[in-house]
Amino acid sequence: MTELDDLKLKVLELLKEDARRTPTLLATLLGVDEQDVCKSIKELEDQHVIVKYAAVVNWDKVDDEKVTALIEVQITPERGRGFEGIAERIYLYPQVKSVYLMSGAYDLLVEVEGRNLREVANFVSEKLSPIDSVLSTKTNFTLKKYKQDGIIFEDHQEDNRLMISP
Amino acid sequence: MNLKSEAFTDSNKAMSSYLSPLVREIPSSGIRKFFDLVGSNKDIITLGVGEPDFTTPWHMREACVYSLERGFTSYTSNAGTPELREAISEYLNEQFDVRYDPKKEIIVTVGGSEAIDLALRALIVPGDEILVPEPCYISYSPITSIGGGIPVGIETFAKDEFKLTAEALEAKITPKSKVLILCYPSNPTGATMTYEDWLPIAELVEKHDLIVISDEIYAELNYGDKHVSFASVPGMMDRTILVSGFSKAFAMTGWRIGYTCGHPDLIAAMLKIHQYTVMCAPSMGQVAALEGLRNGLGEKDRMVEAYNQRRRLMVEGFRDIGLECHEPRGAFYVFPSIQSTGLSSDEFAQRLLTEAKVAAVPGNVFGLGGEGYLRCSYATSVGQLTEALDRIGHFVEKVKKEG
Repeated sequence: MTELDDLKLKVLELLKEDARRTPTLLATLLGVDEQDVCKSIKELEDQHVIVKYAAVVNWDKVDDEKVTALIEVQITPERGRGFEGIAERIYLYPQVKSVYLMSGAYDLLVEVEGRNLREVANFVSEKLSPIDSVLSTKTNFTLKKYKQDGIIFEDHQEDNRLMISP
Repeated sequence: MNLKSEAFTDSNKAMSSYLSPLVREIPSSGIRKFFDLVGSNKDIITLGVGEPDFTTPWHMREACVYSLERGFTSYTSNAGTPELREAISEYLNEQFDVRYDPKKEIIVTVGGSEAIDLALRALIVPGDEILVPEPCYISYSPITSIGGGIPVGIETFAKDEFKLTAEALEAKITPKSKVLILCYPSNPTGATMTYEDWLPIAELVEKHDLIVISDEIYAELNYGDKHVSFASVPGMMDRTILVSGFSKAFAMTGWRIGYTCGHPDLIAAMLKIHQYTVMCAPSMGQVAALEGLRNGLGEKDRMVEAYNQRRRLMVEGFRDIGLECHEPRGAFYVFPSIQSTGLSSDEFAQRLLTEAKVAAVPGNVFGLGGEGYLRCSYATSVGQLTEALDRIGHFVEKVKKEG
């Protein structure tokens, strides 16, 4: 686990809000040298703390049919490797968007994306379920996404404040 | 207008002639005129807003909702709930080193504005002179006039970082001077005062037997040295009526929860007016404010940090544009000089609005010393501020080419 200094934490927070912010803007906002910001970003990238810069997309707004399912998977852990090997086997499939090891009623939560229900169902029945260590799967299709990564998708809150106030 | 009132007006005199001269003679606010102008324009980025762009933190809203579900909807005691007054007392003591007895020295008010009104009404005898360092929040002078007092402006200057100096204050003191109104951190300049800045002011207050109304609504929004309450200066506690509230630091403008603290005799007098006019501050707002003091200080700090970042962006932005801009140490306003463009504050603000679609408030509406400046609030997103600076830059370039 990397222990981050105050500057790096602030840089991360500001880039999490908007990844397109330039080092110049970040330096101005934080009141530090641009060089220090660039150095921090470089180190965060090298340490794989910043993994990627990506857009958060509300696909519901786009005419591009996609189906997402959250699949609860119960597995038998492998001797010596626990859940790691089986998790890797699952997350290497390109249709798998995320994999989490969970406490509670099941072991892995697997997010799968496909063009339609059948594609996702086929993945579960042909790829996921046949894996030896997989004991059971429970597929939950996502009907609507309201919030992701702290961003509320339908939240077009107008600025209702007076345009001018004392 | 209905028939009855038309007949009444025709056969008698203009309705406005019934108004108290004290009210009739107050000029309409410059900010109001500008407000009307902004209202008719579209697609504007506004830097004119004197309130946070954050929503009241969720846990405070939730505390209010829960209190409503439990049926907490009645009047509270006139001075506010004992729990909230207790929490305010502890908060002021911990944050600003001033100690007030929650039972006798604190009133929870309908925003800081009511507190200022209460203080002035409790103190003014018609003809009293009320000293007001300017540029300042636009309400002090009109409220003084309504109370029959005479507002006396004290001009402050960018070369002094818009701080009040003892020389400027003493020059305006007369035998009729009774009250000094202070507002630091300042709306609109963002100026703050240090302990050393306060000492000579306190000496004059003592020497000339003045009472101070210290509006510290922006106390938490302080980006340099820690805020020094005027009441914490030795000898000033009994002479100071401290006014503050939750609007700015806790993003609670619409809830209208403020408070005022002072000597028990002054507070008792103010409480008389308060109980006959508003009875008590809204009960549900008091619940949210209490939750803020108990569990919301982290949220407050997060908002202050965001303002600080934007402050740096604005100061550097205006300097890059070529406009002089003193560094504000508090509140959420920058007050750049637009004198190098050759335009007056009004002209600049109006043209900026119509030609660049950016709304900011002309400095002259804030009184003496405001002409030649523009108040820009940075209580809006970094994206909007960046865009606004870009537009202002192009506008200033265009104006300078014309000149």
